[in-house]
Amino acid sequence: MSTRTRPRAHPDDGTTTYREALREGLREALASDDRVFLMGEDVGRYGGCFGVSLGLLEEFGPDRIRDTPLSESAFVGAGIGAALAGMRPVVEIMTVNFSLLALDQILNNAATLRHMSGGQLGVPLVIRMTTGAGRQLAAQHSHSLEGWYAHIPGLRVLAPATVDDARHVLAAALADPDPVLLFEHGSLYNAAGMLDPAVHDVHLDRAAVRREGTDVTIVAYGGCVSKALEAAEAMAGEGISAEVVDLRTLRPLDDATIVGSVLRTHRAVVVDEGWRSGSLSAEIESRIYEQAFFDLDAPVERVCSAEVPIPYARRLEEAALPQPADIVAAAHRVVS
Amino acid sequence: MATAHGGTSARTSQTKRPRRTRGTAATPSRTPAAAHDLDLLRQMLLIRRFEERCVELYSAAAIRGFVHLYIGEEAVAVGVHQALDERDAVVSTYREHGHALARRVPPEAVMAEMYGKATGCSHGRGGSMHLFDGDRRFYGGNAIVGGGLPLAAGLALADRMRGESRVTCCFFGDGAFAEGEFHETANLAALWGLPVLFVCENNLYAMGTALAREHAQTDLAMRAASYGMAAWAVDGMDVHAVEKAARGAVESIRAGNGPHFLEMRTYRFRAHSMYDPDRYRPKNEIEEWKRHDPVTGLADGMRAAGLLDDAALKALDQDVMEEIDRAVRAAEQAPEEAAEDLLLHVTGRPEEAPS
Ligand SMILES: Cc1ncc(C[n+]2csc(CCOP(=O)(O)OP(=O)(O)O)c2C)c(N)n1
Repeated sequence: MSTRTRPRAHPDDGTTTYREALREGLREALASDDRVFLMGEDVGRYGGCFGVSLGLLEEFGPDRIRDTPLSESAFVGAGIGAALAGMRPVVEIMTVNFSLLALDQILNNAATLRHMSGGQLGVPLVIRMTTGAGRQLAAQHSHSLEGWYAHIPGLRVLAPATVDDARHVLAAALADPDPVLLFEHGSLYNAAGMLDPAVHDVHLDRAAVRREGTDVTIVAYGGCVSKALEAAEAMAGEGISAEVVDLRTLRPLDDATIVGSVLRTHRAVVVDEGWRSGSLSAEIESRIYEQAFFDLDAPVERVCSAEVPIPYARRLEEAALPQPADIVAAAHRVVS
Repeated sequence: MATAHGGTSARTSQTKRPRRTRGTAATPSRTPAAAHDLDLLRQMLLIRRFEERCVELYSAAAIRGFVHLYIGEEAVAVGVHQALDERDAVVSTYREHGHALARRVPPEAVMAEMYGKATGCSHGRGGSMHLFDGDRRFYGGNAIVGGGLPLAAGLALADRMRGESRVTCCFFGDGAFAEGEFHETANLAALWGLPVLFVCENNLYAMGTALAREHAQTDLAMRAASYGMAAWAVDGMDVHAVEKAARGAVESIRAGNGPHFLEMRTYRFRAHSMYDPDRYRPKNEIEEWKRHDPVTGLADGMRAAGLLDDAALKALDQDVMEEIDRAVRAAEQAPEEAAEDLLLHVTGRPEEAPS
């Protein structure tokens, strides 16, 4: 499952990859706060199975870049315990698929302890994990389950989609007094972009309008944001002006930005790499109906993954996932 | 009394519970040892009477939910706590009234939590199974069997990273020993040399499942030792034996020797929970274990040593009962948590976040 690439020592075109941006965020967090440490499977010597933490072991040592055994439940739970004791652990789980082995700790402990203790105990823990498909890794490495986590009160769920968000999200997540889950889409690690020097932080409570438009709102997050932008670009050629809202935070949802955009465009397409049934897209669609029903010119459309375990074969995998063409087709249906 | 397992295993003896008699001092009731025994007895009696009162309150429908009684196991909580101090952390299970009281969480706060009142130690959000006290480093109150074990490793890891000589003590049952949580955590704690005291309360049953029906190898201390930590089996009905083993283990943990494991051989005299008709245990087995009651055991030992007489015991019991009466009265009079406060304590900054 490793898609490890060496970081470019000196990117000559001035761009930064999503992977490098995440690493910069980690480096900054480790350097600025002694309580921060990173732990997970192969985060140290190996450099992280996606290369995010490459080089950090040499810089910060094995106490703070801590390789763990294959024990998702124990090391996630240990992160919770360390957070309870005043540390600021960052726990990396290789992929969301494996996080299910730690689901008990995340849901029954991290998300719940503050409430069950009547507000006495907080769990300021950050859990990073990869999500999503698109690299022909077949079902057990390709699922998008962040919507499940977005179901859980007590958690904050983030899905950085841009290099700027990747660069600054960790600091914001570490400042949160509660457990924060960070979903990094596997297909984004190699994506490169210019870091905006004017951006110094990420607003965790606000979705971002990535492209302004007047005819239809496309709501997307994580790995689907670039697909939504691609679809919007294609439609611009046909004279359809699409606005792209990047959720950025999946829990809590920023209704104000989503609904505000729909009130301007009167049409919406929701893109979600999760399965349609019981998905985050269903929640978003429902909120649009609850809050903007009389302003809609057409029923909301959804573009989600096909209801199958994600297949290995390239053609099948592509067919299972939301693609720019699907987004364009959905937008056509609401605009016509 | 305690059987050692250091790395390589030796077969642990079946539980033996020889009566201990302590040396008789000239003016026994004034010696520190006598005062200590009296304190142990009072604490165990407090747990016993507190829970007996819970049974009454449950029957009267004053308290609800799942209630798991610790009656019969008091020596474990009280004995282990002799080795711990304020700086240490304690992680517990759903059968934690005894642990909480031994941790000196005030009986009023525990009782109010049973009532679901605002003055409860978890502000009415937890109930019997989720007692917490942040100030006393009492981290629950976990109703997922084995769920507290990884937390203990993390609390200890934080101490280890900051160079604190604190110990995290984690109580759990023989049922929890079968969960992956125990094995992942034991491996992690031993691998990293974490200051964790694992206290396995082997009361021979996981709900209705007898030890031999849940474990292929029933010698738990030996299996724990296989992770590379010191492990002992202890007579959990003898508070002095428990205290001695716990002191030794905690001292060794503070000296930097990594996690230690104590298998406390004990027994619960009551059913698993208030809902359990207890059809799976032979009556004579229960009666046999009741002959080794840790409370009367200590009292009898003190009596034999001239440290206690009927009048003193009666006075002690009276004193304990009055403390519980006060806790019950306070809980009954305490305010309910307001329904408008339903959404409190879900996140640390609910006011800022959109829903
Ligand atoms: C993960 C999980 N599985 C099952 C249960 C239901 N359950 C509650 S207590 C219990 C028995 C646990 O036995 P043990 O660990 O020996 O502790 P004891 O109750 O004897 O103190 C079971 C099966 C649960 N609460 N959590």
